[in-house]
Amino acid sequence: MVVQTPNGFTLDTAGQRVVVDPVTRIEGHMRCEVNVDENNMITNAVSTGTMWRGLEVILKGRDPRDAWAFTERICGVCTGTHALTSVRAVEDALGITIPENANSIRNIMQLNLQIHDHIVHFYHLHALDWVNPVNALRADPNATSELQQAVSPSHPLSSPGYFRDVQNRLKQFVESGQLGIFKNGYWDNPAYKLPPEADLMATTHYLEALDLQKEVAKIHTIFGGKNPHPNWLVGGVPCPINVHSTGAVGAINMTVLNHVSTIIDQCITFVKNVYLPDLVAIGGVYKDWLYGGGLSGQSVMAYGDIPEHANDFSAGQLHLPRGAIVNGNLDEVQDVDVRDPGQIQEFVDHSWYDYGEPGKGLHPWDGVTEPNYQLGANAKGSRTNIQEIDEAAKYSWIKAPRWRGNAMEVGPLARYIIGYASGHEDIKNQVEGLLRTMDLPVSALFSTLGRTAARALEAEYCTRLQKHFFDKLVANIKAGDSNTANVAKWDPSTWPKEAQGVGMTEAPRGALGHWIKVKDGRIENYQCVVPTTWNGSPRDAAGNIGAFEAALMNTRVERPEEPVEILRTLHSFDPCLACSTHVMSPDGEELTTVKVR
Amino acid sequence: MTKVLVLGIGNVLWADEGFGVRCIEALAETRIFTGDVTLLDGGTQGLYLLPFLESADILVVFDAVDYGLPPGTMKIVEGDEVPRFMGAKKMSLHQTGFQDVIATAQLMGYCPGDLLLVGCQPEELEDYGGGLRHVVAGRIPEALNIACAWLAERGFPSTEGHTQAADLADASIRKDAYESGRPSEDAACRIGDERFFPRLEG
Repeated sequence: MVVQTPNGFTLDTAGQRVVVDPVTRIEGHMRCEVNVDENNMITNAVSTGTMWRGLEVILKGRDPRDAWAFTERICGVCTGTHALTSVRAVEDALGITIPENANSIRNIMQLNLQIHDHIVHFYHLHALDWVNPVNALRADPNATSELQQAVSPSHPLSSPGYFRDVQNRLKQFVESGQLGIFKNGYWDNPAYKLPPEADLMATTHYLEALDLQKEVAKIHTIFGGKNPHPNWLVGGVPCPINVHSTGAVGAINMTVLNHVSTIIDQCITFVKNVYLPDLVAIGGVYKDWLYGGGLSGQSVMAYGDIPEHANDFSAGQLHLPRGAIVNGNLDEVQDVDVRDPGQIQEFVDHSWYDYGEPGKGLHPWDGVTEPNYQLGANAKGSRTNIQEIDEAAKYSWIKAPRWRGNAMEVGPLARYIIGYASGHEDIKNQVEGLLRTMDLPVSALFSTLGRTAARALEAEYCTRLQKHFFDKLVANIKAGDSNTANVAKWDPSTWPKEAQGVGMTEAPRGALGHWIKVKDGRIENYQCVVPTTWNGSPRDAAGNIGAFEAALMNTRVERPEEPVEILRTLHSFDPCLACSTHVMSPDGEELTTVKVR
Repeated sequence: MTKVLVLGIGNVLWADEGFGVRCIEALAETRIFTGDVTLLDGGTQGLYLLPFLESADILVVFDAVDYGLPPGTMKIVEGDEVPRFMGAKKMSLHQTGFQDVIATAQLMGYCPGDLLLVGCQPEELEDYGGGLRHVVAGRIPEALNIACAWLAERGFPSTEGHTQAADLADASIRKDAYESGRPSEDAACRIGDERFFPRLEG
């Protein structure tokens, strides 16, 4: 059957059905099904979240000041960004402002998360879709050394001996039968195109990035008191500043600030010397692989983040841009108002929930979570073991959020397209510079590789912003301001009887919002719309497909039984369905199995 | 000087998945160690745990692990067997994650040489917002005794007392506050999908 979607895709369900379940590399959380025609082109794509989310149902009746600690547990990666979104929602509801130092520290923590996540994503979750570590064992260390020096002359780790050592370490690891983290690849698939020396260089940086990331995350320990679950505080940040204190316990003093400064410089150096050069070197080999654009060329959205001044979320004051582009019209960046009940709505016509009437959309403040699990007439398998989903009916535990009725892509590429289109100076310079270096047109941005490139550029921008807010914090402290928290409205007796608020951030994966209603000092309703809800969304009543689905369309898969191309595109979104859904195969079977039907 | 890391992993929001984290809380509340012993709530974090592994020589992990045994059955695994067991049957997010963490730590040469896994067979994982089931919660004292005895053999005895540990869960989601503050079933629906709620079938 051939169907034309309102957002411009032609879906054809004839042909072989390929099921990938689940698809994330380290944490499996989602399933997708595609139809492939006789030329191995994807003609239909279906993305489904395999378990319901229920954050709303655990927060009802709790103290709003504690919500951050719960939301920190919903994701295995983004602890801090959910916590930040949560405290912002509560502050918005209760009219609480935060001091300037708290804004700087929160920004440093949020930027630090972006940098950490982007590096880990590129090297540890996504690189293996492009880089073949097994092929690295065949590389000549001398050729690798030459390549390294050509690609990034300022990176000091480039001698043949260094690469030989790494190669031996890898050999030992593989020969001991512990392919471990590398075991899920399709290492003889022709989709892998790098020469062995590039594979060795990139695999070596995989290891360097592992070393770096554990230093990067220490910023969360410093300002949040601990990691992996840093402390947050409604009204500011929980760490006091006392520059006259000594030692490393408790207050923020000069010793601690110097450590932060060192980490910030390490991030700047690594991104400049390793991450960006790798992007150009690896991307250069794959630059003809321009699949995966999906919605990015037409509908993208960002809430914006990193306010220059405390409590000012107006679009012009945000370093990461806010806005929406629809119908591919880059000449018009529209503002996004997360409070407007007509802008953001969630639909459940193809989701396993019930709103009581078809075609109904609900703004998150009025969100309802009533499960309604039923399979369509054409689903194959049983209710407990679905073999093939029926996307004409309800088919996902993810709701379908829409902005003014449009399915939207969110994430680094969305932010960068919005920044580029709105003339954001830093972003425009970065994008134009990269396209020039790689000799690519602007249209190349709208692709899987564009998503991966935007993430790298954003990491670089964030390292500079991190330094900016560090300098700002230190200057403010030197000027005598050590205030980090506003506790004037800490006591619930100071709160209105009823209040509602919204917190927004740009998580590494994209626009994240928490909507809260408070009544009699307790949480009345709490709804999260996470980035992967936007990107992984199912169809809506009008038939618009979501961002993952759109991005998979019209991609050629070399070997349908080894769908590395599907993984490339889905991984390029950095999917994180732990937030939206719980994941697992019901009988505990091996993750990342691919079933071809 | 030899350093010990005692780690609880799992997601407290998914009923018995919280076993490991709750063990760490209980350990901090009831025991105090001599020597360099760090107690850590690892949650569902993966790579963020690497620096902790790197700085430890001895590692004890508490976790809910599906061995296909009756609920509440304890299973103790040591040394090289630990990663293999944790991957034996992948039942939840964090086990895959943690197995990868151990593999990565080994690749990087960070992995502690001496490992103990104190595992407990969960009864219920698919109850979002729920707490430990009685049969699993009842195993916490035994789990602590096993870990304490194993550490004592290695020169880290403990006595009754209270450990001040910074790396525990926030007070609002510690076991008692979390479990007693749960909204009622009427206020917040707990039913999902029978693929994950087999008891609702039929």
